[in-house]
Amino acid sequence: MTQRLTIGFLPLVDACLPILAHEHGFAEEEGLELSFVRDVSWATVLDRLLYGHSDAAHLLAPLAIATTLGRGRPAQRLAAPFVLGLNGNAITVSNALAQALGTEGELGDPQELGARLKEVAAQRLDQGRPLRFGVVHRYSSHNYMLRYWLAGCGIRPDEDVEIVTIAPPFSADALKAGEIDGSCVGEPWNSIAVETGAGQIVLATAQIWRRGVEKVLALRAERLDEIRPAIEGLIRAMRRTGEHFVDPANWDTNAAILARPEYCDAPHQIVRRAISDKLVLTPGAGEREYPDFMFQYHEAANFPWVSQAEWLYSQLVRWDGLAFDSDEAHAAARVFRPDVYRSALAATNDPMPTASSKVEGSVSEALHASTHHGTILLENNTFFDGRSFDPDALEDYIAAQK
Amino acid sequence: MRIAIVDERASRASIIEDGLSSLPDCELFVLTERDGLIARIAEIAPDIVFMDLGNPSRDVLEEYFIVSRALDHPIAMFVDESDDDSIAASIDAGVSTYVVDGLAAKRIQPLLRMTMQRFEAFARLESELAEAQGKLAERDTIDKAKRILMKTKGVTEPAAYAELRQKAMSSNRRIADIADAVVTAHELMGDT
Repeated sequence: MTQRLTIGFLPLVDACLPILAHEHGFAEEEGLELSFVRDVSWATVLDRLLYGHSDAAHLLAPLAIATTLGRGRPAQRLAAPFVLGLNGNAITVSNALAQALGTEGELGDPQELGARLKEVAAQRLDQGRPLRFGVVHRYSSHNYMLRYWLAGCGIRPDEDVEIVTIAPPFSADALKAGEIDGSCVGEPWNSIAVETGAGQIVLATAQIWRRGVEKVLALRAERLDEIRPAIEGLIRAMRRTGEHFVDPANWDTNAAILARPEYCDAPHQIVRRAISDKLVLTPGAGEREYPDFMFQYHEAANFPWVSQAEWLYSQLVRWDGLAFDSDEAHAAARVFRPDVYRSALAATNDPMPTASSKVEGSVSEALHASTHHGTILLENNTFFDGRSFDPDALEDYIAAQK
Repeated sequence: MRIAIVDERASRASIIEDGLSSLPDCELFVLTERDGLIARIAEIAPDIVFMDLGNPSRDVLEEYFIVSRALDHPIAMFVDESDDDSIAASIDAGVSTYVVDGLAAKRIQPLLRMTMQRFEAFARLESELAEAQGKLAERDTIDKAKRILMKTKGVTEPAAYAELRQKAMSSNRRIADIADAVVTAHELMGDT
């Protein structure tokens, strides 16, 4: 019997796995009939999820945690049994700022670029018109990655610069109009800013944290309990989709599907750049390859590591100015549900980590990690500043953050 | 009570404004522009904000509300955080509601009901309009197809229509679809 599932999403390239699971019939193989609700704000994606218009949604991982903790809205428990991808975002700055930073059409070294940005930010602050950056949402990895980088370079995000929320479709226009000097958004919006001459890509978020957690598949925790077999089927379907997605032979087909008006509604070539890790950084330049710009499949990328949720909690506490609270930390950690991911794939040959938590940012050279089906190769997952995050020392990590 | 209606579709905003203006004690502000939205909201200092779910500025507005909580004018989501049915009904109607903390639910309910009714009425009107427009467009296409047949086959108008109907019946399709095929084929032949 076919079960219907409705999935909410925003038109971004990293909504790819559920969409392609539907388009290529992987979902159907699991007895699922998927339909999609496309929205233009995260607030509406979330409302539809909370009030039953959708069963599951493509959601910012930090927003799933913030919703569970009742930040900004009444608390509602969400569950994330699957990570839809790692990274895939970039920092794009206005042409004027790119010139001041001297980026010359290359992705900068995060430390060096940050040092130059610090000088420009100080000048602008002195002139009474501080640099302003746009992020997609307060509770987004974009916000946390940008802030982590700025703070790590000695730029205080709430004092030395301004960070405002801006809807991704308007970030290119805002750059062009001088309303913001830079933005941290997902694809296709960086590439569209480059294409329209509004700005230049200077840093990929993968350079800030090589394996940074991005969107998740989120559900209300109660809804997950009600439809768990279907969600486990969806997880299997999305793993098979991921294998198909990363194969270069399928890039054109997949870009063409995602580019369609009902999905990303963006030019095919621009969508293809993100999924092939080849970006055009400045208007008219050729494609530059940046390996692992977007990371959708290998190294058990979709496994919801509890330590990832805990790192996001550490950033939520940091930037919302809260104190560490062990109950809240526990509730945040519980949003990520490796138990569901495991049971979904238990009967398959998919490599499954034996642990559910790891020290984030600790692998600087390729490492074989044990799984229930042999080993998986974990590559460099470092933070740009060389620090690592040990979830067993969460409270100390938070205390050490300025 | 100061009420802001945020909707980029001016026609819908005015229908809601019209409905709310019939209620007592309401000062209404309609915002249809994306630019400067937050500055306008700050200036108006509304007690209630109605915003359509399809508005791309929702995240920006919610961010402003979170920040404004630190100020003396905190704004909450919806009527009453415990009143889940109202919220669900509002979402179903396609509108999100933000209310200043502490405003009595009984003052808000009639406003919310009116706004939801107007939203639903607008959605109904719109689908009727789309249907009517579709029918008009179909009639246009059928007329065009008739003229093509009259010209190329030298038949009368009733005969041209009869041919279209005959083809539709024998192929189990709608006359409008057959007409569309005729027009498309004719355009492809380069003789429009």
